[in-house]
Amino acid sequence: MNDNPLVPLFGYFAILSLFAVGGANAAIPEMHRIAVDVMHWMNDRQFADSFAIAQISPGPNIIIVTLIGYHVAGLTGAAVATVAMCGPTCVFAFLVARTWDHFKEARWRIAIQAGLVPVSIGLIAASAFVLARSADHNIYAALITAVTAIIAFATRINPLWLFAVGGILGLSGWL
Amino acid sequence: MSDSAAPPRSVAARPSLPELFRAFVVVSVSGFGGALPWARRMIVDQRGWMTAEEFNEAFALSQFLPGPNVVNFSVVFGSRFGGAAGAAVALAGLMGPPLLIVTALAFLYARFGDLEILSRILAGITTAAVGLLIAVVAKMAAPLFRERRDWAPFIAIAAFAGVAIMQWPLPLVFVVLAPISVALAWIKR
Repeated sequence: MNDNPLVPLFGYFAILSLFAVGGANAAIPEMHRIAVDVMHWMNDRQFADSFAIAQISPGPNIIIVTLIGYHVAGLTGAAVATVAMCGPTCVFAFLVARTWDHFKEARWRIAIQAGLVPVSIGLIAASAFVLARSADHNIYAALITAVTAIIAFATRINPLWLFAVGGILGLSGWL
Repeated sequence: MSDSAAPPRSVAARPSLPELFRAFVVVSVSGFGGALPWARRMIVDQRGWMTAEEFNEAFALSQFLPGPNVVNFSVVFGSRFGGAAGAAVALAGLMGPPLLIVTALAFLYARFGDLEILSRILAGITTAAVGLLIAVVAKMAAPLFRERRDWAPFIAIAAFAGVAIMQWPLPLVFVVLAPISVALAWIKR
């Protein structure tokens, strides 16, 4: 055991962030291993609840690290965990973006960019597919997904209205 | 870049720092079940700060940097329009409100400890959020078919099939497909 839990809190999340290609959900299993199995910061139940709370809140799901940090060391822990998870990758993203824009006209950059776009779109489509399979348990749920997709594609209606319909039906136990 | 089809870009459509902040606050607060659709809606559909193609490129870059995609995107987008200050402001807008909300939820949960109702509502919202994500993928894919890069749709379909149907690990699919795709872009420009 360390004297100061903030040190491993920062270290683990900073390292984890650098390998979290593919976003928060790709990093969840490793996060669970560290928080529950290795460091014993929380038990299974507490981790599952933190995950649920992070999902319920709007914004990036990576915010689960804020909750883990809070659990370990209060508000300071929350701040340390969040900065560790987002700081290094944000600095890296900033440096890459700078360099990237600097070589705007370079042929290699245009080729890399043009090559990444279709891979990226295919991967987003795949995550939509995986999400749909886990979220749509019955015909009503699938119907809401389909109707939302069509309305959001064809009109400029604010999708929050569709979220409200989904939320109400979810609360009523139809989904 | 490609010529005709795209609408002309107005140089005036550049966000100021406060606009940048407000935009990402709205994106983050609306972003149940993923912020990508909201970011695209704000930036491409509503404000016209980027064309559909530019958004695709910036998001693709963000996706292949380590760390959460949308967080990276806020930095990439913010730095393009406002340098370091722009990146910081966009990031603060994206992360600030959710941090407050999640802390409040954690507090309420510790007090009352019942996630059942919330998670039922969330399950309902998620079914709609998935639909929204599907619509955004369709919109993002449209330029692939408009341009003369005839190979691009095949790469997108291969990436989709690899992860969704074959259930291969995402990094593997990326490591195999990205070099092929970049090589095709280099040869067949």
